Amino acid sequence: MCGITGIYRVKSGEPVSKQELIPMTEALRHRGPDEYGYYINGNLGLGHSRLSIIDLSGGSQPVYNEDKSICVVFNGEIFNYIELRELLQTKGHRFYTSGDTETIVHAYEEFGADFVDHLNGQFAIALWDVKKRELILTRDRVGILPLYYSLLNDGTIIFASEMKGILASGLIHPEIDFAGVNQVFSLWVNIPPRTVFKGINELAPGKMLTISESGIKERRYWGYIFPGINEYEDKPLSYYTSRLEELIYDSVKLRLRADVTVASYLSGGLDSSIVSALVKKHHNRDLVTFSVGFSDEAFDERAWQMEMVNHIGTDHRMVNADYDSISASFSEVIFHAEKPMIRSAPAPLFILSRLVRENGIKVVLTGEGADEFFGGYNIFKEDMIRRFWARNPESVKRPKLLSALYPYVSRSGRGNAFWNSFFGKGLTDTGNPHYSHSIRWGNTSQVKRFFNDGLLDEGYDAASELEEYLSQDIMKWHPLCRAQYLEASLFLPGYLLSSQGDRMLMANSVEGRFPFLDHRVIEFAATIPPEYKIRGLNEKYILKKIYGGILPESISSRPKQPYRAPIARSFIDRDTIASSMFDGDTIRRYGYFNPESVELLLNKYRKNNGTSTGERNDMAIAGIVSMQLLHHHFIEKRSL
Amino acid sequence: MGSVQSATLTDLIITFLRENFIAARSLKEIKTDESLLDSGIIDSTGILELIMFLEDKFNITIEDEELMPENLDTIQNLVSFLSSKGV
Repeated sequence: MCGITGIYRVKSGEPVSKQELIPMTEALRHRGPDEYGYYINGNLGLGHSRLSIIDLSGGSQPVYNEDKSICVVFNGEIFNYIELRELLQTKGHRFYTSGDTETIVHAYEEFGADFVDHLNGQFAIALWDVKKRELILTRDRVGILPLYYSLLNDGTIIFASEMKGILASGLIHPEIDFAGVNQVFSLWVNIPPRTVFKGINELAPGKMLTISESGIKERRYWGYIFPGINEYEDKPLSYYTSRLEELIYDSVKLRLRADVTVASYLSGGLDSSIVSALVKKHHNRDLVTFSVGFSDEAFDERAWQMEMVNHIGTDHRMVNADYDSISASFSEVIFHAEKPMIRSAPAPLFILSRLVRENGIKVVLTGEGADEFFGGYNIFKEDMIRRFWARNPESVKRPKLLSALYPYVSRSGRGNAFWNSFFGKGLTDTGNPHYSHSIRWGNTSQVKRFFNDGLLDEGYDAASELEEYLSQDIMKWHPLCRAQYLEASLFLPGYLLSSQGDRMLMANSVEGRFPFLDHRVIEFAATIPPEYKIRGLNEKYILKKIYGGILPESISSRPKQPYRAPIARSFIDRDTIASSMFDGDTIRRYGYFNPESVELLLNKYRKNNGTSTGERNDMAIAGIVSMQLLHHHFIEKRSL
Repeated sequence: MGSVQSATLTDLIITFLRENFIAARSLKEIKTDESLLDSGIIDSTGILELIMFLEDKFNITIEDEELMPENLDTIQNLVSFLSSKGV
């Protein structure tokens, strides 16, 4: 992977200099430490920092077409570049490199702006058409690779793979957008194009910007589509298992294309176990796998990881995450993530990618996406159970099924009445398009109470921005698809693939590849009837049907364990930058949070010996420390 | 009398039990007249999971008053009960 940057003074016509691009591009050096490349064409300049993975010696960027009338800088991988190159050669295009980047310029020549429909990959692309003096910015379908842009008052557009690249230009002053912060503390993520910085926009996944002297056009070239609730084809399970198996096999095969070693993450869960088992079985008998273990047993999955390692036989490396290492790394985590978060789980993945890099590996496969597209999350099952209960809201028996999902419901001293009230909120509002997520979002919003009064603009309502961003067809879909769509549109790109994905990988110059995120897999998964995704409360049923035979029973029948990391014990009263963010002076100086409320919260944990005092309080601890660190890096220290 | 064959319903339920409950998976045979609760194949929460699956599958709603052993505790009883609900 790489980093890309650029400036286009589209209205003023003033020239762009390489000197302007250098600090922007060098701010992304972690994304591509191997080489820098620049391109200047009058009032347009492009920058590129390269991590060499395909065509190691000849893959420098920018890359051009035959007469240099088209120029591209690109972050990512076009996995079908071999097939696409063959297709384009039959149409008369001549290639001067053997890498994947060049397929983009020739595909653009051949197909125009629809070139993106022909790409199977993960990408953020800046393409310059010299003759039209038109800049195209686009991003992959699901949001694996990031791309941000700012529009200045004089009509200049600047862009970069990470916001720090834009800030390094000095053309944008770092200032917090509290509506953006409000979104994170409600929905866990931002709704593109909004970010937590004023004036910096995120290009949404599946979208393309076209910038020329005639203006800026934005279009969605790809989006999630599910069948109508009664429009599923009447086909047997065997049809779906057979086709899906073919697609996943091909997706894995394409994602092993590289001129460097491709390793695999192995979390101990179903999805990365499937990916690793497939690679080992079909492609690489010397597979190297990586995992993270936790000193805190409540989060540790090493027993399952080792079971898989022994079952398929891999060369396995593990790093241990404890409270100290999570705490010590969290400052860097937020520097790379560039947004607050209500979890600490990215930190162990930052530590893990460091281990990968130390082992000389540049590329890893992971299991991301299977939970979204095959029904792996508890929030999907919670939605099912609440709808089951809502069919007879007076039932005293139906809500008891929640204890199958959340054992704490029956174990908790709070009693059934408390949990029935918690999960019963809005119970019969099943026509709400966000029904599946309304409890989560409402619960997260409680964390906003820790902010100083008036700061987050209590009149701000994310709902209207959300409605504008999301598909208008959502209510035509099955309830499971609605919930899947919310996860795939919001949490997947806004947190999992960014704060917990790309940013934690690229922080150590490691590229992630995600076989379940091949758009052919996603599009086919959308056509699979919901009962084959979650059967009863059996999640990812179809994956278990296909891959049960190559996995140990203990892995394929294991209930999903959400990937989490310890929060309070990692951050309270430790000798780290993260922990120092709770100092009363710092809290007061930064001015975001109410010092008394923060102190009360900390004391609550101290009295409880650091153990969790509830989900909301855990979210508050992570939210406070990460928001403070965001200020520390980008407002106070400006560590670019 | 419902529209789905009793044998088909019986197979559907047995497959569901085997795929969703570890205790059922380890049994060589699940007898259709054996108490699901007494045999330990399923617990009361498991019954609810099965009911949720059947409601979604056949688009029916089962009342609290119908959630009683004579309707649900054996596969035979379940099949008869579902037939009486028009399945």
